[in-house]
Order: sequence, then structure tokens, then C-alpha cells
Amino acid sequence: MGLRYGTGAEVLRDLDFRLSDGGFYFLTGPSGAGKTSLLKLLYLAQRPTRGRIRLFGEELTEAPREMLPQFRRRIGVVFQDFRLVRHLSAFDNVALPLRIAGASDEQVEGPVREMLAWVGLADRASARPPTLSGGEQQRVAIARAVINRPDLLVADEPTGNVDAEMAQRLMHLFGALNRLGTTVVVATHDVGLISATPGAKMIRLENGAVTDPTGALRNPPASPRGQR
Amino acid sequence: MFDWLLASPSERRLLGEARLRGPTAWVIAIMSFSILIIAAAGLALASTAGVLTRAIEARYSIEVPAGGGNVAALLSAVRTIPGVKSADAVPELEMRQTLERWLGPAAQSSDLPVPALVNFDVQPGANLAAIQQRVRALAPGATIATHREAVGPLLRSLRLLQWVAFGLVLLLSLAASAAVVLAARGALDTHRFTIEVMHGIGATDEQVTRLFQRKIAVDALVGSLAGAAAAGIVLLMLATGAAFAGELTGGATLSVGDLILLALLPLALTALATGVARAAVLAALRKAL
Repeated sequence: MGLRYGTGAEVLRDLDFRLSDGGFYFLTGPSGAGKTSLLKLLYLAQRPTRGRIRLFGEELTEAPREMLPQFRRRIGVVFQDFRLVRHLSAFDNVALPLRIAGASDEQVEGPVREMLAWVGLADRASARPPTLSGGEQQRVAIARAVINRPDLLVADEPTGNVDAEMAQRLMHLFGALNRLGTTVVVATHDVGLISATPGAKMIRLENGAVTDPTGALRNPPASPRGQR
Repeated sequence: MFDWLLASPSERRLLGEARLRGPTAWVIAIMSFSILIIAAAGLALASTAGVLTRAIEARYSIEVPAGGGNVAALLSAVRTIPGVKSADAVPELEMRQTLERWLGPAAQSSDLPVPALVNFDVQPGANLAAIQQRVRALAPGATIATHREAVGPLLRSLRLLQWVAFGLVLLLSLAASAAVVLAARGALDTHRFTIEVMHGIGATDEQVTRLFQRKIAVDALVGSLAGAAAAGIVLLMLATGAAFAGELTGGATLSVGDLILLALLPLALTALATGVARAAVLAALRKAL
């Protein structure tokens, strides 16, 4: 597949790869290589300008937009700029995916408190994003992305603003989700993060193309359950 | 049916507590006020025209140029014509008083010949040609005039004004709708980021629209009711004059049905604003992926 914005040059060219169901992937490459664009295709914020995307067994390239919300609810996204709603509390930001999926306030309370506690923000539940530090905002964004136990987790530099200890805890969380069957795709420059994650695959992008079509396997996926 | 109006506190928090951006509620209040005043005037005109039409529809006048003493005989004869429901002669004194407005004291002069005038009403379905033939046989020089023709231009003006009023109500409703569309687009711009996040997490257009729809409905309702309250006060102040006008025209005031219609107008305006806002928001959301 390929992707271009407007009439500009293609930012992604001739990409052809499969993500195994339950796999753990790192997406690496220099700045401007197209990592964020590729992630946008994965979390259905963009359609490719050519080629096809098949996700959760469905051909989504030409799927009507009314179909997309049901697939987006199966995807958790950690944005590089966090994308927290400024006027909502940390609690409400984390609760958003559950509420959109139709959970009542009572159903939301427990899981959100638990998740906030897990990312170390139990006492910041009522704080609004502008009053949180960068690292705290990032943890709220991660909590929001995983609260629904997504089938696919897409994270863009998820540890960029947190200290080493928190980065390790977050990667443990991603690993735990992965062991429960969530496919994880993490875009990062952090080599330490990659080497500390056994069983992960690496996809390297350069100038909008995958440089190593074999996938540059570090380790085979822990428990491949098919193809996404 | 109204679940969108009863959004949970968490849903309400998504768009913040502020009302619609800009003076939308004020614009709707002004529109509601204007619509109610104009609609009331239109309905009163329609009522007046109706009363006037009913009063003159079957009324005719016989004018005997020579006037004179055979009026009583003519009146008796006319009353016996089949199809004539009632007949009355206009007293000579009343005729002279009427002429006095133009002629002054000379109107009372016995040298001034005053025509005799007999008004009569016919029954529905009466043979008018036969009645006219009988009248001409009784008073060969007499002319028969239909009141409908005489008052026709006034009635046409009243009807035209009535339609102009209803046209204005329609135009004001369209203007209110346009204001709501602009407000909805403004609100979408203000909350674009929140909408993008919601869409990204899997919110449907319907879920996003519900938030805006509820907010716009509340603002439209507040504006409509405020405008209606102001219009109600003005209409009450006009009520005395309207009652007087009603007496002049034989009871042409707003009926209970008219008042119910006026009371429903603010609700109709709210429904229109909500529907228009919904359509505008949905159309805007469909442009995004």
C-alpha cells in the first residue's frame, strides 16, 4: 500500500506486511520515516491512497465510514501528543472509551480507578490535563488506550516523557496485555526498550518504506495465533 | 425519545459547561419575539377578514335616487321576496348625517335630494337574478350594489397582508435556522479536538451529534421561551386596542385556536432549530473519516 497527503509525494511507499495476531512489534526508523503515518493507517485515522488494509479479518480500505467506529473500539491508541481532552479530568479521559462503548457511570468507576492506580495516578483522578506534568499526561493517555483491553494497541513513543522506572512499568503493562492476546505496535527510537522486550519483532521504516522486508526478527512472537 | 435531552453528567462534561458560542440564544429570542408578534398580527388580520367576509357576503343595497316616500312600501315589498332573509332601510336622518361630513350644514337642507337606501341580506342559495328582477320591477330607477364588490379591495388588502405576515414568519424561521447552522458550525470548530478524540476512540456520528443537539436544543428553548414571554407581554398590552378593534369589526379577535397556535410557535421554533442543528452537525461530521 501507499499513502500521500494531498498532491505531495508519497510518505509511505509499497508497504506490504502482516501483523500476527497476538504479536508484539516495534516500529523504528529515523524522524520523518513515516512511522506516525503508518500508525495512523493502523488506527484507521487515514485510508491508504493505494493498496489495501485488512484488519481483524475485514477489508477496511473501502469500508463505509459508518463501519469504522466498531473497529476503532477494538484499537487502543497512545498518541505522541497524548491527545487528552483538556476540560475533562484524568478520570473522565480514561473513562472515555468505556463510555463511548456504552458503559454506565457505575460500570466505569471501578476499572478506571484501578487503571489510574496502576499508572500511579490514583490521587490525580480529578486533575485536568493542563495541571498534569508531561509524564502524568502520558500515563493518562496510556491508561485510556488500554482500559478497554483492546485487540490492537498502537503507541507512538509511549515512553518518551516518563522516567526509566515508569517506562519499564508501562512496557510490563503492554507485555501483560500482549500475553492476554492484544497485538501491540510501538513506535519508538528507544533501543533499550526494544532489547528489553523478548519475543518482539521490529519493523524498520526509512523514507516511507520498510527497509527490511523480512521483519528483522529479534525473537519469534511469543504465541502466534494467526494473522491480523 | 428524549434520551438525548437527558444526557448524563459525564456526557455533558464532554463539551464543557459553556453554552453555545456566540449570541445564538439571543438571536433565537429576537426571532421568536418577532415571529410571535407577526404571527399574531397575521392571525388577527385573517380573523378580521373572515368576520368581514361573513358580514358582507350576502348583503346588498338598493339605492333609489329619487328617495321619497315610497321607501316604506319598497321595504315591505323587498321583505316578501323569496330568498330575502332580512331588509332594513337606512333612515334619511342617518343619510344626511353621513353627507354632512362632506357637505357641511347644507346636507340638512330640504332642497338637497337624498337617495333612499335599503340594505337586504339574502339566504344561502337564493336566486339573486330573480330577486334583482323583482326589485327593479318595484323601483325601476333603483340600482343594486353588492357589498362584497364595494369592500372587495379592502378584503384583498387584508388577505394580502395576512399572507405577507405568514411569509415573514417563514422568512424569520429560515433566518433563525441559518443562525443555528452557523452556531452549530462554530461549536464544531470549538470542539473539533474533542470530536477527533471521540471519533478516534470509536464514537459514532450519532453519539457526537447527540451532545451538540442537546446543547443547541437547550439554548434554542431558552431563547424561544424568552422571546415568547416578551411577545406575550406586548400582545397583552395590545389586547385592549385589539378588543376595541374586535368590536368595530364584529368580534374579530384571536380565537382560542389562534392562541394555542401562537403558544406552540416557540416549541416549533425549538424543534426546527434542533433539527437544523442536527442536520448541520451530521453533515459536517461526514466530511471527516
